[in-house]
Amino acid sequence: MDAKVELPVTEKPKLSVRNLNFYYGHFLALKNINLDIPDRKVTAFIGPSGCGKSTLLRTFNRMFELYPEQRAEGQILLDGQNILKSKEDVSLIRAKIGMVFQKPTPFPMSIYDNIAFGVKLFETLPRVEMDERVEWALKKAALWNEVKDKLNQSGAGLSGGQQQRLCIARGIAIKPEVLLLDEPCSALDPISTGKIEELIHELKVDYTVVIVTHNMQQAARCSDYTAYMYLGDLIEFGPTSELFMKPKKKDTEDYITGRFG
Amino acid sequence: MSAVSSPASAALHAQRLSKHRARKRTNAIALVLSLAAMSFGLFWLIWILIETVRLGVGGLALSLFTEMTPPPQAETGGLANAIFGSLLMVSLATAIGTPIGIMAGVYLAEYGQKGWLGSATRFINDILLSAPSIVIGLFIYSVVVAQFRSFSGWAGVLALSLIVIPVVIRTTENMLTLIPSALREAAYALGTPKWKVIMTVTLKAARAGVITGVLLALARIAGETAPLLFTALSNQFWTTNLATPMASLPVTIFKFALSPYENWQKLAWAGVFLITIGVLALNIMARVLFRNKH
Repeated sequence: MDAKVELPVTEKPKLSVRNLNFYYGHFLALKNINLDIPDRKVTAFIGPSGCGKSTLLRTFNRMFELYPEQRAEGQILLDGQNILKSKEDVSLIRAKIGMVFQKPTPFPMSIYDNIAFGVKLFETLPRVEMDERVEWALKKAALWNEVKDKLNQSGAGLSGGQQQRLCIARGIAIKPEVLLLDEPCSALDPISTGKIEELIHELKVDYTVVIVTHNMQQAARCSDYTAYMYLGDLIEFGPTSELFMKPKKKDTEDYITGRFG
Repeated sequence: MSAVSSPASAALHAQRLSKHRARKRTNAIALVLSLAAMSFGLFWLIWILIETVRLGVGGLALSLFTEMTPPPQAETGGLANAIFGSLLMVSLATAIGTPIGIMAGVYLAEYGQKGWLGSATRFINDILLSAPSIVIGLFIYSVVVAQFRSFSGWAGVLALSLIVIPVVIRTTENMLTLIPSALREAAYALGTPKWKVIMTVTLKAARAGVITGVLLALARIAGETAPLLFTALSNQFWTTNLATPMASLPVTIFKFALSPYENWQKLAWAGVFLITIGVLALNIMARVLFRNKH
């Protein structure tokens, strides 16, 4: 790939990736990525397994730092501030950039405490306000009606789809600015998937959403912008309708028409 | 292509049948062998239990819990001081060993996964885990008993806690490594500091397994004789003072069972019965607890 990938997005970027290289040990998994993720829009990363889309997502909240053999070079700017070389504590960065994972990960505690857990890390709220915050987050994640009578029960007792919405509620309860979704529907049935896609649609009013998905229809349905990646390269990035209707690159066209991948 | 896709011929059918029969034969042999192995193990276990009950039940009486260990050939007597000594030393050893073991296990699983200190600790812990308990007894004898020139309950507690620690370290580490990394990542993704991830998420998720480890360690030290022989020794009388020699069930059983006196032998069997029931109960508790959570 040539070093100067054009940055087609003209909207105000929330996250900007500049000359990003990423290594698993000696293996170069992301090759000079340049990308602008627009504010309050849904951006989808698509591509075959192993193309680096999840890896890219995991650089945005520095999740890779948990593993000493992984490292990133380059810049990731959140509102113009490089978060890779930030003096700010990584916890504070993660408070601004929430993440939801492939498999639901309810904590071993009650539904209420699952939501309150993250809030308590950054705010000291009186009980009443905490109750309000929990209710707000659960309503936002379209889960409130299903759990309002059993807030003290364990989060592990919910169905897979409910657990995933609980994780989304937990993520938004601390009021982040960006929400990273790493294949959030891949472990869910079609009905739960539909609910979460609806939710993504509503979330973009307040949040910048970045979603990694294996499912091209899902990207087409719920994203405004789509990035197609292959073998660690960003092949094409643009408005979702354009990328799917008239892709500029042959590779992209082959992938989205199902000729490979 | 054509050779493969042609309909199953008679020859192919015969071959399938013979392969199928061979598989069934192998299966039958494997089943017989494993059943034999299982019955061999169960045979001795059940025999031990039957003998324990047969010889132990006779000695069961309220006096077991109210009277002290008697002199030889006495009419009355119980095991009250030995039961109390065992309970006291075992619970203190568990109370000392559990937090140390859990903390070291957390270090190994969450901090020292890769570094040399982690591997060294893990290696040494494995040695300690399989060290004969008599070695631990002699060690405490030389560093505590010989120094203070007195057998004591504290020395017994110390020796027992040295047995608890490696068991708890091992199970804590194993249980924490079983926790899916996705759960850890989810906690970090909220901006949770590491210590809090461990305390409120991973350790909590591994709780049942860790408690099981503690119960198994408890069951192990409840029956240990060797480390107490050189440390707490024994005592004919009731004592709550850990600075003096202290009676315990295993040592009393050891002493009484070897004696020629009939009343002592009877008490020894009653003691064996008590320990067996106690350890069995702990094991069952550990299993039930673990099953409920997994």
